Amino acid sequence: MSEKILAHASGQREVSAGDIVWARVDRAMMDDILGPRVEIAQHMKEIKDQVWDPEKVVIISDHYTPPASIHQAEIVKFTRDWAREHGIRQYFEFVGPCHQIMAEHGFIRPGSIVVGTDSHTCMGGALGAFATGIGSTEMMGVLIKGIIWLRVPETIRVIWEGRLPEYVMAKDISLKTIGTIGHAGATYKAVEYVGNGIRNLPVDERMAISNMAVEMGAKVGLMEPDDKIRKFLEEHGVREGVQKEDYALKSDEDAVFCETFSFHVRDLKPMVACPHQVDNVTEAVNVAGTPVNQAYIGSCTGGRYHDLLMAARLLNGRKVAKGVRLLVSPASDEIWRRADRDGLLHILAEAGAVVLGPTCGVCVGLHSGMIAAGENCISSSNRNFIGRMGSREAGIYLASPLTVAASALTGCITDPREVI
Amino acid sequence: MNTGKAIKFGDDINTDIISPPQYMELGIEESAKYAMSALDPDFAEKAKENPILVAGKNFGSGSSRETSPLSLKYLGVKVIVAEFFARIFYRNCINVGLLVVECKEAARICTGDELLIDFLAGQIKNLTTGEMYACSRIPEHLICLIEAGGLVNYLKEEGS
Repeated sequence: MSEKILAHASGQREVSAGDIVWARVDRAMMDDILGPRVEIAQHMKEIKDQVWDPEKVVIISDHYTPPASIHQAEIVKFTRDWAREHGIRQYFEFVGPCHQIMAEHGFIRPGSIVVGTDSHTCMGGALGAFATGIGSTEMMGVLIKGIIWLRVPETIRVIWEGRLPEYVMAKDISLKTIGTIGHAGATYKAVEYVGNGIRNLPVDERMAISNMAVEMGAKVGLMEPDDKIRKFLEEHGVREGVQKEDYALKSDEDAVFCETFSFHVRDLKPMVACPHQVDNVTEAVNVAGTPVNQAYIGSCTGGRYHDLLMAARLLNGRKVAKGVRLLVSPASDEIWRRADRDGLLHILAEAGAVVLGPTCGVCVGLHSGMIAAGENCISSSNRNFIGRMGSREAGIYLASPLTVAASALTGCITDPREVI
Repeated sequence: MNTGKAIKFGDDINTDIISPPQYMELGIEESAKYAMSALDPDFAEKAKENPILVAGKNFGSGSSRETSPLSLKYLGVKVIVAEFFARIFYRNCINVGLLVVECKEAARICTGDELLIDFLAGQIKNLTTGEMYACSRIPEHLICLIEAGGLVNYLKEEGS
């Protein structure tokens, strides 16, 4: 799939792994924390202070919203002003983590090239886009020229078969895959997720998997677009501009893969990534009983409608354990309103959750829920690196929204099968 | 050619360790003080005397934040030697003008060892132990870019 997309983007008939190509960028996304303020604004002034195509640039202030300090407020203001001064009409603020906003506003399309100044840009692979994270200086080059050089990656194929039982979620698929391949197991490579285990998943759930491809070092985490993707995009305003063949994008029968991994969901149990590495993965039962001070359901990995729905079903009519703070941050304003309309936020709040605005703050320890030395947080987000959510003497456990909700209920890490 | 004392870390040193997110709202001058602090609170001081950072596998994993190589560079790190690097970090280093070389035998190097790195020949000499290690070569066009101080300076020089 990577080779097909990159061949098209570089105007060649075909390319193969190892080739260096200059690819045309369809969307360039910047956030607040790593956007114009890091290197870009200053150096563009010195080279060429004009964006190649303002309509192809999207800027989303999501990390420092709502600002918790004057510094953060100034960064958001700077980002907003820079967007206006450079004619970027697609500027968003405080509406949710950038990757979800990119998907919901139709900026990510099958077969396109998307780059962003955030490593989880690879989430766009769930929609069949070659979407990848880049640094700020690299982004400056893209902003001026509209192109980027890329090495065509080798591809690891990950096959998942089967239909998920009610107690496991896509996050468990994601953690199991990362635990098997390892934190650096896909470095420089593309990962392609296929099989009916993936096709059976709703779009929300697919994104929870492609989002974390970078946790194996991967450049992209691709999935085959299908009717569910077409429907998702149409519901989000994309009715034109996607070719029929883009929705049929997939690897050829005789495509070469450097490695293949096969899994079946019937063998899958609720999984947990333990401190301080995302590939430090074990079954939830093996760490059951570990005390939890904070439980977090949110982020570009685990704050979508399906996540809130599953958590609300589990927590309906129950109360979170005393001493546990359950924080919920829907991954976009759209998800927030829909979950509110459908009563999910009410159920969660009745159970004792604090519902936050849509933001990146908790996941990356910037505001809204830091953890102290000796505290543990169980989280539906994507990284458990030492110190990420606060003290370097705190522990972060990554799990599905169901496992997070189950753990909030009991006050210690709990396999959701225990409480469903 | 680059020479200096090493400071050694292990595998999977991620970007949250290199540049802790809580301090990223500050400028590089301020936030760099906290680089690597989760593993070594005195790193900012030590980097002045030990400009060659040595690590194991997968150095720089995680975020795309360019503040990571910028912080290390600001603190005086001249070269990073690792078994291998995470993809985005590697590219960011070159773009901001920080030398990165891959060395399979990085584990043999200890903190305090005096190293002589010939990145054109692809060789590291450990002046303290007398050992020689093979390392990745940096293509000449990238050395021009790094020596100019990164992509921005390179483009400016090219333009002038």
